[in-house]
Amino acid sequence: MELTLETLGLAESAQLLSLSAPGWGANLLRGLANSLKIAFGAFGFGVLIGLFGAYGKLYGGPVIRDLLAIYTTVIRAVPELVLILILYYVGTDLINKAAGAMGYGRIEISGVVAGIWVLGIVQGAYSTEVLRGAIKAVPPGQIEAARAFGMPPIMIMWRVTIPAMMSFATPGLANLWLIATKDTALLAIVGFSELTLETRQAASSTRAYFTFFLAAGGLYLMVTLCSGVVFGWIEKWARRGQPSLRGGRG
Amino acid sequence: MPTAASADPLPVSDTRAEAIQVEDLHKSFGTLEVLKGVSLNAKKGDVVAIIGGSGSGKSTMLRCINFLETPSSGKIVIDGEEVEMNADGSPANRRQIERIRTRLAMVFQQFNLWTHRTLLENVIEVPVHVLKVPRAKAIARAKELLERVGLSDKADAFPAFMSGGQQQRAAIARALAVDPNVMLFDEPTSALDPELVGEVLTVIRDLAAEGRTMLLVTHEMKFAREVANHVVYLFEGRIEEQGPPAEVFGNPQSARLKQFLSSVA
Repeated sequence: MELTLETLGLAESAQLLSLSAPGWGANLLRGLANSLKIAFGAFGFGVLIGLFGAYGKLYGGPVIRDLLAIYTTVIRAVPELVLILILYYVGTDLINKAAGAMGYGRIEISGVVAGIWVLGIVQGAYSTEVLRGAIKAVPPGQIEAARAFGMPPIMIMWRVTIPAMMSFATPGLANLWLIATKDTALLAIVGFSELTLETRQAASSTRAYFTFFLAAGGLYLMVTLCSGVVFGWIEKWARRGQPSLRGGRG
Repeated sequence: MPTAASADPLPVSDTRAEAIQVEDLHKSFGTLEVLKGVSLNAKKGDVVAIIGGSGSGKSTMLRCINFLETPSSGKIVIDGEEVEMNADGSPANRRQIERIRTRLAMVFQQFNLWTHRTLLENVIEVPVHVLKVPRAKAIARAKELLERVGLSDKADAFPAFMSGGQQQRAAIARALAVDPNVMLFDEPTSALDPELVGEVLTVIRDLAAEGRTMLLVTHEMKFAREVANHVVYLFEGRIEEQGPPAEVFGNPQSARLKQFLSSVA
């Protein structure tokens, strides 16, 4: 192993990426863990917003519909980087003002929480549209049958609409998840030590830019590949009961 | 009773409990008036067949009874309990209409089985989640019902892999699982291939024979004549003629019914 690295001229890189003291591998992994934490949180928060948003857009009153239209239009129109700067600084400023007004001192806002909140709001706008489309794709008869048997609206949502829309929503949500994992890199700009910022710090301290950014790229790629497998399972589960498109109805 | 056409179809001495009373039901879609004052009474054990041409309002009438469509005006009484309505005809009390719906099981033209659940899961869904029947009990009952409609070997199959006839029989099992007081059939065989109609009609015929109360919107005249004890002919949103099947089919009075019967024969 060592010999191979030596011959390939990679011994130095391996040392730089090592997990123990002189290497920066542990920093990169810590950054990755933070990135994933935010991506999970933001995606989950986004889907939650999306669910309420989609139901609001489909069944809400005119005021709710207008507000949601403004939300999805504005969020989807403004570049994520700009949104992150706005939401991060506005959000922390508001919280501190509120805390000050209530007599508390300056509050240190956790980077993870801020990241989840900022990216979650961005994700929520896209989720709203993905889920709205998926709910509309559910055959009306499915919901009508549930109503005809006396199911209350919330139960219809949990027992019928959401499971039935999952197969339509999964591809769009898988996309959103991948975007979430990569949008975490944008949080580097507000000084949050996720994978990209950790990589930049390691690279600039060691001048080994190529090594570290290639390693970071490799880590992002691994996340994507694993996600692909997981979403494959989810899609298979979501499409249960539906004849395969490839095989036809035999 | 407002009009002669909607007079109580059964003798006054009939002491069976009222199952469904519909009084002066109106329904408009925008400016199009689909039901123009329909009244109907069904007592416990009645099998009422509702016939009529397309667009006559027969499906709309059935769907107004469980408020899948919101009536424009009128009165609907189920098992002696009047459905509370807002001024616009929508149900005023959500809990009341949900409770009433659990006693009215509907069988749809397009089956409307939940596609992401197996046949067994479809049948236990409402008992377990709406009626709060213990799961094991619901499963045992569901198996009996699937056996009864001839689908015991398909309990774990998904609806999309079944024929239309099998799906409709499963939908009937789902309806029976709630132990309904009244069953509403909305053209249960209209979406089926001709060779599959028979198997579904056999199941419905059995249900009629055991004295279940049913409202049946159908295009199968022969079947209506055979299973119903009362036939209602709708024309353009009004009841044109009604009575015992032998009368309605054997000795139609109105010209429209005569023409309708000759066109479908």
